[in-house]
Amino acid sequence: MDLAYTEEEQDFRARLREWLLKALPELPARPSPDDWPGRRAYDLGWQRRLYEAGYAGLHWPVDAGGRGATPTQHLIFLEETERAGAPYVGANFVGLLHAGPTIAAEGTAGQRARWLPPVLRGDEVWCQGFSEPDAGSDLASLRTRAVRDGDDYVITGSKIWTSHAEVADWCELLVRTDPEAPKHRGISWLAMAMDAPGVTVRPLRTLAGSTEFAEVFLDEVRVPVGNRVGAENDGWRVTMVTLSFERGTAFVGEVVACRRTLGELARTARANGRWDDPALRRRLGRLYGEFGALWRLTQWNVSESERSGGVPGIGGSVFKLAYSHARQELYDVAAEVLGASSLSLDEEWVQSRLSSLSYTIAAGTSQIQRNIVAERILGLPKGR
Amino acid sequence: MDFQPTEDQRDLRAGVRGLLEGRYGREALRSAVDAAVDAGTAVDRGLWRELGGAGFFALRLPESEGGVGLGLPEAVIVFEEAGRALVPGPLVATHLAAGVVPGAAAGTAVVTAFDLAGDLVAYLGEADAVLGAAVLPVGEQVRAADPLTPLHRVARPGGADACACVSAYVSEGALLTAALQVGSALRTVELAVRYAGEREQFGQPIGAFQAVKHLCAQMLVRAEVARTAVYAAAVTGDPGEAAGAKLLADEAAVRNARDCLQVHGGMGFTWEADVHLHLKRAWVRAEQWRTAAEAEELLAAELLHSAG
Repeated sequence: MDLAYTEEEQDFRARLREWLLKALPELPARPSPDDWPGRRAYDLGWQRRLYEAGYAGLHWPVDAGGRGATPTQHLIFLEETERAGAPYVGANFVGLLHAGPTIAAEGTAGQRARWLPPVLRGDEVWCQGFSEPDAGSDLASLRTRAVRDGDDYVITGSKIWTSHAEVADWCELLVRTDPEAPKHRGISWLAMAMDAPGVTVRPLRTLAGSTEFAEVFLDEVRVPVGNRVGAENDGWRVTMVTLSFERGTAFVGEVVACRRTLGELARTARANGRWDDPALRRRLGRLYGEFGALWRLTQWNVSESERSGGVPGIGGSVFKLAYSHARQELYDVAAEVLGASSLSLDEEWVQSRLSSLSYTIAAGTSQIQRNIVAERILGLPKGR
Repeated sequence: MDFQPTEDQRDLRAGVRGLLEGRYGREALRSAVDAAVDAGTAVDRGLWRELGGAGFFALRLPESEGGVGLGLPEAVIVFEEAGRALVPGPLVATHLAAGVVPGAAAGTAVVTAFDLAGDLVAYLGEADAVLGAAVLPVGEQVRAADPLTPLHRVARPGGADACACVSAYVSEGALLTAALQVGSALRTVELAVRYAGEREQFGQPIGAFQAVKHLCAQMLVRAEVARTAVYAAAVTGDPGEAAGAKLLADEAAVRNARDCLQVHGGMGFTWEADVHLHLKRAWVRAEQWRTAAEAEELLAAELLHSAG
């Protein structure tokens, strides 16, 4: 049980820091959240810089074009980029964290050669076509149908909550290829070009007022059979591979950011006199303890996955449950510190407060996560 | 970075768990409760010496002084196991007294501490010494909520001095107490999960119902977050991390015991179920060394410093 970094890891951190010091001042100004083409260009530009510096696909296997970095190096990368205020993975997140790793693990040589390099170079953006209007948490009840016609699948249905759909080149799409099969079978995983005829994207406005995600309508869209990753009707298993990449280190940067926000809040409270309120001060102190523990839990989970050969563990569900709650609590306390100015959308943290509301819903609701913890970790029986 | 238990640390845990399961299993626990209720005493001197013999108290003393020469990470693993088994007695104070009070290291002496705010002291009637105090004060026994933590009301030897008695030990005392809490918190998860898997209602185990499942899942989340905090604080030895660990471990132990009681339904409200023993001990420990209010104030001060 140790928290010391090896010499190699410290060296990696030092070189990364040095590079960030040079790279960040050269970045263009951050586009507004509603400027999708601007966001795409900004995020891809950052990805290109990472690629050129040798930091693209850090945690990807070497034979997929990645750096084959250890989970600890990946942790250091996420920690340092957040500390330095570097851009987040942004529009590249599905490609880098979901679709890419899935294709790397399950794709043919041809598929890997076609789709992986553009993700790493920052040439192509992916989005995720998993959720459907009537199948959110119950992902496997999706109804979008793919009917075989020669060398194509013909797809009809719709997807929802699709982030970056407006600027994506590709969509990792789950479709039902056998409507007669039990619901977890009969699903296939396809790579769909977003400019294919029949694809319509309709942006959805979030409660924060921005268009963070979209609905995607599919009207007889033709996707070549060769774009299927994994066997026909084996898509659920492939999807489980995808989802396992979602957790683990997904929130490293955010925990770092939350701790910094907490420090800023304390300073603000000191300046405006609210620090003298012991109840508020104690809430801030408690949150500081909680985020400290969440950072340690991240290190724990990363160490565990390092021992298991890089496989993300189920500890991610435990982390997400605790973190999503703590993050929402953080912004509630922030509102108390800032009083009425918490009503102004001009305050950047107010946007963060609004977006924190999605944390107990996105990537598996807290209710689903509790079922996962109860059934898969604690071994309680499956319910009705 | 390898923040996972080493092979030796795993072996140590297994050894202590084995020892406690054999020596202080459920029957021993329940007869200790009966004895405590009848006689007002809770420390089993024989077990105390056996723990001493196994190195429980001398764990962190250097080998040159007859100790085991291990560190805080090993100590929290061992204390976590003691918390699981609900071993009564001033474990933390005696451990801290090893090398300071004669007999503490070997478990031939029982050493308590003024680790509770106010005028109550635990295990005074059975103690040979009070950590950091020259004399054993005289006290009057009160009826204790936890049957296995007898309490005495004493006139402290001077307010400020009484503080000085524990101040040198408070961070480690809080951390080791947090480890006891984590052990209890993890144990009540197990008790709840086992009961939820066995007890049937409406034609199925109650653990199949989401309402029960979600209680159990949150219990595990609390315990795991607290456990990591305790391990990290043991590795860094940082007083702020120790305070945070105590805060989270207190909450995990108390709330898990309450949720465990809820999962047990009516059975949970009986003397027969062990849940109330975990809950009452968790309440005691939450008052020891560092309360939530003290930990939160300490963390708030550190937070401000981190921001400045």
